[in-house]
Amino acid sequence: MNVNFSAEELAFQEEVRTFFAQEYPQDILERRRNGALPARDDYIRGQQALYDKGWAGINWPVEYGGTGWSATRKYIFYNEFAAANCPTIIPFGLSMVGPVIYTYGSEEQKERFLPDILSSKVWWCQGYSEPGAGSDLASLKTRADLDGDEYVINGTKTWTTLAQHADWMFLLARTNSDVARKQEGISFLLVKMDTPGISVTPIITLDGDHEINQVFFDNVRIPVNQLVGEEGKGWTYGKVLLTHERANIAGVAVSKQRLESLKSRLSVYREQGQAPADLDAFKRKISEIEIQLSALEYTELRTLASVATGKAPGPESSILKIKGTEMQQAIDNLFFELSAYGAIPNLREQYEAGYSGDVIDDDGASLTALRYFNYRKASIYGGSNEIQKNIIAKAVLRV
Amino acid sequence: MDFSLSEEQAMLKESVVQYIDKSYGFEERMEVVESDAPYSSAKWQEFAELGWLSLPFSADDDGFDGGAVELMLIMQELGRGLVIEPYLAAVVLAGGCIKRSTNLPLRQKLLPAIMSGESIPALAYAERNSRYNLNHVAVTAAKDGEDFVISGEKFVVFNGATADQIVVATRTSGEVADRDGITLFCVSADAEGVSVKGFRTVDGSHAAHIEFSEVRVNASMAVSEIDQGLAMLEAVILDATLAVSAEAVGIMDALTTKTIEYTKSRQQFGVPLSSFQALQHRMVDMFMELEQSRSLLLRAAIKLDENDDEAAAAIAALKYYIGTAGRKLGEEAVQLHGGMGVTNELDVAHLFKRLTVIDTLFGNSDYQLSRYTRLS
Repeated sequence: MNVNFSAEELAFQEEVRTFFAQEYPQDILERRRNGALPARDDYIRGQQALYDKGWAGINWPVEYGGTGWSATRKYIFYNEFAAANCPTIIPFGLSMVGPVIYTYGSEEQKERFLPDILSSKVWWCQGYSEPGAGSDLASLKTRADLDGDEYVINGTKTWTTLAQHADWMFLLARTNSDVARKQEGISFLLVKMDTPGISVTPIITLDGDHEINQVFFDNVRIPVNQLVGEEGKGWTYGKVLLTHERANIAGVAVSKQRLESLKSRLSVYREQGQAPADLDAFKRKISEIEIQLSALEYTELRTLASVATGKAPGPESSILKIKGTEMQQAIDNLFFELSAYGAIPNLREQYEAGYSGDVIDDDGASLTALRYFNYRKASIYGGSNEIQKNIIAKAVLRV
Repeated sequence: MDFSLSEEQAMLKESVVQYIDKSYGFEERMEVVESDAPYSSAKWQEFAELGWLSLPFSADDDGFDGGAVELMLIMQELGRGLVIEPYLAAVVLAGGCIKRSTNLPLRQKLLPAIMSGESIPALAYAERNSRYNLNHVAVTAAKDGEDFVISGEKFVVFNGATADQIVVATRTSGEVADRDGITLFCVSADAEGVSVKGFRTVDGSHAAHIEFSEVRVNASMAVSEIDQGLAMLEAVILDATLAVSAEAVGIMDALTTKTIEYTKSRQQFGVPLSSFQALQHRMVDMFMELEQSRSLLLRAAIKLDENDDEAAAAIAALKYYIGTAGRKLGEEAVQLHGGMGVTNELDVAHLFKRLTVIDTLFGNSDYQLSRYTRLS
């Protein structure tokens, strides 16, 4: 039993480190160091830099242009990616619809969509949740009715992340209502966002950000060649997609990086002369979270090791999403608490691209409450933590 | 043993409840929050007419002579209604200093204007590096003949950008964290050398960082005794801590009720969410934490009114509890509302944000637990 990297893996780690230090767009990282919030262009340029290096398809098989990396290499990559503090990889194309297309799509669809997904030329969004179908996703009402060689889509999707930037959407819609189980009769469709009949309305989240949207479909006509796989099998494909990316689902690498950044902020506050007794008490809280995060990291490593030796992930892998979001939220809370009164001003716009007004806050303290508010979503989206527990109870505990 | 309200207290409570229910709608509140105005001046005038602005001031100053219980009653309702007007900043904080002042001419000059709603002052106590320690005062006031000259920056002053008068905690002698050597002065907001950087706060209110560059005040504008201002500041912050804790209990009450209503109305899997036992138990937990918080609130208010030696410890205990149980309750309310809970549309998000910010005011739960341990 050991957790050491081989010489070859250490060389790979060095290569990844060098890439982020030299080839990755340094201006993006520089702005991130100053607390800037990434703009649309930052995400795209970051992902395209990975593409140019051949590292965009982290989980993709080699035949579709992916890295074909081992679980250990993915682990190393994600740690370096997080340590460099890169803007997150937008998951909808590379982690979600891409794998569904190369697994279930036709040859024509693979040729048509995969290259642009891999090179981040096209921005995708996800059409799953509906106003009446959240935790109970299978009760979705959006319909796609076959009319000649077209589907006609009617309905509403909600919580659609960054739909305002998207060129395409993958969605689940009902193609057959006459079914025994509501999970049947749902199909997986691809829709271009500028198709007539689609409208996007912003939803402002509690931190004041425009990140999510409602998307309305009013007699939207798409050709049948935008159905992925078989009609009525969308639920199965969608579920595969939700469990696809185990390697990074817990976000441990990012949480580790944020904990380090929290510690350096604590040192800065100490140097500025803030009461040492209060800061010392705070160190215990960091330690508590660090211990929990170490546990989660090893749970993740156990899962990776199973996969690396060709076994199925063990039951421990089921807890990664719940524990991962709990860690994210706990760290957000620590940032908020460390900031004390500094968390109260709402100076978000100062950290947005292109801001040129007065700078009132320069250490990011005023972003901490907003981030804490925003990340309440983490335990709700992608199947709330309550639903995750239902799944574990059923699939793992078999109760 | 009697926890019932006096006739006067019951009337006060009833009047605030009615006003919040009938005249302080959430949509109207959000219009103010989304406008350029920090609060509604019309509403402030109504508060004056209702006598709320006179509540904590003594009868000798023509006030209502309200104590901790009255403050608790009004703040619970202001919390439930998410009132955005600067009652805490102007009446409890700045007003709280002025009402304790032995400087009679100053009191006579300032209090009538506060009670009539004409003057809406602020208290500048925190600094960039003070965290929650009231004795950490680096802003200096140097004696120069009959005047004092104030220099330095105050941090996150509630109502700081719109206040006409600013009560400021300064260091007139000693080192930065000394308990002696702190003096409170009243400075006019338009005095030369006062510069204000105003901003919105994350809970929809307004505050400012205020820079004092050699601001000259006459010794007659001292609110506290020279060098002996900390006791006054501590007494005011005790009142204010009770006030925000009461506000938090009002918010927790609203969040619990709204969460129960939402889970009864939201259908998933063909049944209301409220039919799931896992969620029922979590709402029972919310309810229990609300009632425990209410008990600590009553206890602290009674001890503060009785001038009990244990009042300070009781308030630390209360604020610690509000900080932990309240924040957990707020998170649960958002979680049980699902996606709806993280949108700005619902009042739930705004109640949650205010409840979170309250943990930060006058010391969060960690700070209060240490303070309680020291005091008890």
